[in-house]
Amino acid sequence: MEVISSWRPLGAVLVSIGAFFLILATGEKRPNLREAWSVGAAIVKFLLVFSLRYPVLEGKIVECRLFPIAPGADLLLRVDSFGLLFGLVASFLWIFTTFYSIGYMRGLAAANQTRYFACFALALSATIGVAFSGNLITFYIFYEILTISTYPLVIHKETEEALRAGRKYLTYTLTAGVFLLFSIALTQYLAGTTGFKAGGFLDGVASPKVLTLLFVTFMIGCGTKAAIMPLHSWLPTAMIAPTPVSALLHAVAVVKAGVFGCVRILGYVFGPELLRQLGLIVPLGLVTSATIIVASVFALSADNLKRRLAFSTISQLSYIILGVALFTPDSFKGGLLHIPFHAFMKITLFFCAGAIYVTTHKENVSELDGIGKAMPLTLGAFAIGAFGMVGVPPICGYLSKWYLCVGTVEAHKPLFLGVYLSSALLNAAYFLPIVYNGFFKGEGGPVKEASPFMVISLLITAAGAFVLGIFPDFLLKVSRIASYAMTEVLGG
Amino acid sequence: MKFPGIEGHWVVLVVVVPLLCSFLCFVLGRFLRRVPFYLALGASGFASVASLAVFLSVIRHGPIRYFLGGWLPPWGIEYRVDGLNAFMLLLVSGVSLLVTIYSKDNVPAEIKGEVTSFYTVYILLVTGLLGIVVTGDVFNLYVFLEISSLAAYTLIAAAEGRALLASFNYVIMGTVAACFYLLGVGYLYIMTGSLNMADLARLLPSLYHNPVVAIALAFFVVGLAIKVALFPLHTWLPDAYAYAPSTTSVIIASLMGKVGLYVLIRLLFSLFDPRYLLQDLPVLPMLSWLGAMAIIMGSLFALSQLDFKRMLAYSSVAQIGYVVLGVGMANSIALTGALLHVINHAVMKGGLFMAAGAIIQTTGKRQITDFHYLHRRMPFTMAALLLGALSMVGIPPTCGFFSKWYLILGAVKKGNLLFVGVILISSLLNALYFFRVLEYVFFKPLSEGSIKRREAPTTMLVPTLVMGGAVLLLGLGNQWVVSIVLKRALEVISWR
Amino acid sequence: MELLIAKYNYWISVAIMMIGFYAMIGKRNLIKKLIGMNIFQTSIFLFYISIGARKGGSVPILGAPSTYINPLPHVLILTAIVVSVSTTAVALSILIKIHRTHGTIEEDEIPRD
Repeated sequence: MEVISSWRPLGAVLVSIGAFFLILATGEKRPNLREAWSVGAAIVKFLLVFSLRYPVLEGKIVECRLFPIAPGADLLLRVDSFGLLFGLVASFLWIFTTFYSIGYMRGLAAANQTRYFACFALALSATIGVAFSGNLITFYIFYEILTISTYPLVIHKETEEALRAGRKYLTYTLTAGVFLLFSIALTQYLAGTTGFKAGGFLDGVASPKVLTLLFVTFMIGCGTKAAIMPLHSWLPTAMIAPTPVSALLHAVAVVKAGVFGCVRILGYVFGPELLRQLGLIVPLGLVTSATIIVASVFALSADNLKRRLAFSTISQLSYIILGVALFTPDSFKGGLLHIPFHAFMKITLFFCAGAIYVTTHKENVSELDGIGKAMPLTLGAFAIGAFGMVGVPPICGYLSKWYLCVGTVEAHKPLFLGVYLSSALLNAAYFLPIVYNGFFKGEGGPVKEASPFMVISLLITAAGAFVLGIFPDFLLKVSRIASYAMTEVLGG
Repeated sequence: MKFPGIEGHWVVLVVVVPLLCSFLCFVLGRFLRRVPFYLALGASGFASVASLAVFLSVIRHGPIRYFLGGWLPPWGIEYRVDGLNAFMLLLVSGVSLLVTIYSKDNVPAEIKGEVTSFYTVYILLVTGLLGIVVTGDVFNLYVFLEISSLAAYTLIAAAEGRALLASFNYVIMGTVAACFYLLGVGYLYIMTGSLNMADLARLLPSLYHNPVVAIALAFFVVGLAIKVALFPLHTWLPDAYAYAPSTTSVIIASLMGKVGLYVLIRLLFSLFDPRYLLQDLPVLPMLSWLGAMAIIMGSLFALSQLDFKRMLAYSSVAQIGYVVLGVGMANSIALTGALLHVINHAVMKGGLFMAAGAIIQTTGKRQITDFHYLHRRMPFTMAALLLGALSMVGIPPTCGFFSKWYLILGAVKKGNLLFVGVILISSLLNALYFFRVLEYVFFKPLSEGSIKRREAPTTMLVPTLVMGGAVLLLGLGNQWVVSIVLKRALEVISWR
Repeated sequence: MELLIAKYNYWISVAIMMIGFYAMIGKRNLIKKLIGMNIFQTSIFLFYISIGARKGGSVPILGAPSTYINPLPHVLILTAIVVSVSTTAVALSILIKIHRTHGTIEEDEIPRD
């Protein structure tokens, strides 16, 4: 595997740190300039990440080795196929989230917008940093920065309820951080290194009991952010945040960073052989399956739309982890593909929820009868996202689910196939009625969509979900990248 | 640094010049009102320059040995700067320079009365701290220890009110501590006839079987434990730190505890053999347990405090516990963590107390629950406070994370999972009480209406921001610090 | 028995130290605490000086007989006495201030909030 050096990974991380300072300096006085920094940084970031696609798909790894940051570890940015996948998703969707945020925040005439946009920029910096981390220490540094920078976004409204939600968010994520820190320290001590390596590097460094303990603490550390049950409870509570925050961060950046961490641990720290030896695959599979089903059941009973979407996210994230954990070619690829596909679909759904809130101030599913007549574009996009979640072709969701299901057969574990299928049924049960009631029930009103900033954004992400189902390699080439990562981990 | 006549004497001048400045301050300050501050500035500025010269020399050429008056040891007093105290010298003088700048607006505002007297004693405090760090003679260390302690008692009492009783308690406890130290020196003198540290290190190993040496060690440890406020001998600290004037709080919180810890490390590792400390007398294990308890208890006490400075004071008790834990674990990784934490905590706590002083001076508020939306009024000070708080919790890339990382690695290496748990849980406890402050400062408005921007005076703001920036820079550059600075220090105290 | 008689300087020193210690801890009056502290310090001084003594030793001056007592502890203790005096001075001035502020120097009568 050839390794080339480049400043571009560092640039991708730093560009939004620069935006952070510029946004703070610009302040409330010139909002258009301030928003321009966000948009500009998002576009530059995406272009930088995108440019890394070429060397990675040729089989190279792009490194940017900074200075030593801890004994035996450098601050290391290392773009491999898996990191690139996450980076592309996050940076691409940030562009549209920024436009959407402009429409949303101005539509609500929200306070503290400077802080909002500044923290958003910092959070995206941390996300790309997580995606491009080359070792566990660098990963931890950016992971914690992500926690801290998203906290002001969660409690943005500054009400008592928001502050309580923020405290719960911090309690869960900081405690998880502590478990993660312990795991990294133990790894450093046992293996002498913390660099990610496709196929794992922990084989043979310690007794099975110690390795199992290490696995559990690692999973608690990353699994909390990935909302594996029973560590999920912060996510529905965090829905108190403004919807763009919920959309990008809690459907894409923060939770996917947790999933990203889990996959790194499964595939790049422990590795498939070691996990099979330790017999940890089936227990992990059972925990994630339970999450998938139970979260879907909770979603059924949630009336608040964002809460329902939150439980759906919890369920879908475990799809990814389960897929990866089974470690068969199709299963692994399906899990990885679900990262971008779910991101597009979920962000569309959240965007729609936010658009509905801004125009009608309605938050609950029971209030949404007939909303489709007043906001056909919005609910249409919602329908696309919902169908995708259920697995209706040609929206991308069906493609990742297909791979995942085939993967369970490859792994000779039909139980998980049952899990995926029942979950699809449950998805239908809690998504499709919204679409049906929205279009066919209730009285409509005059057509009044949300601001163009919002509507165009959600239409683009919905279109993305649609197109990716037909041409999975369109623009971002996610399918090829996912295949690449799969061969690295399973073959290597 | 080549100045004709001075070169070679930096080591002693770093103490003598501030001492002279203190005297001049007392004499001249009566006539010229501007003089005290500028003398203090000159003293700490000179000390910084001298410390830098000494530091660079030690890094390049090795330890410096300076014989006062030309008398050779062990009869004369020797000043000795090696890897362990070179960086301490730089730390003390650098921080005191920042605090002096900080004091320009703070002292006249808070000390209603004799500014001259305050500065005289303040410069004496700096002299004392520098002297402790630079000396190589155990009795000379006692003298400087008392100089700095007396100065500290006076500076704390300058706030009047509740500070008076706090200072008196500190007088009693601090004097007991110094007397114990003196007893320890006495016993060592009886056994060896020498007061020179290097000489004692040479003479002691053959005497380890003797219980007198053990008693001396016991007195040293207890005396220093009181001085650094190691749990459970910490009771003087919260009142003293909290009620002292802001400038005093900064300098004693950030420097006095650290210098005491330096003395502890110097005595335990330079004077005595670590093997003796582990096998014959369980001093190091006992210290590590006390350190662990200090961490937990300090954090728990801090949780219940509503006065910001008191909260920071109890937090200091916990932080001192970290260093003592690192010392007690005594493997090279843990010791690196302990020394790194000495530097980091001096900067973190100094910055936090500076911010606290700025808040008290501009708004008069001391209770956390009064800090509503302070970031609108004092955005830059609060930025420094944010950095300090994140560093105390241990969020990378601030410096606090990295010293904790070393300590965790040291505990893992030792196989003591309980200590690992203590360090990790304390991070969460720290998060609890620091985030409460941050919630009020950043996210809890009192009522509608805009708050006017009214920052702290520039001479207070700049040092606060420097400390805040240093927190981040020391974090990112922590390996640089370890490789250049601490490597030398560790060579000094490594196993013989 | 020999232990008691031969090392009587140690025993006296310990006894005085304990008296001082008791006064520091047990008394409520701040001046008495201070006096206790002084007694405590004095015991240590006495101890130091006593260890410099020698059987049959004379004054340490040039030209005196060759066996002289050790002058170094005397020098050290002179320094320590100066320190002790300064400490007492500082403590007394603090006490004066306390008395002016609170009107009392009994520890339990001073309001501590």
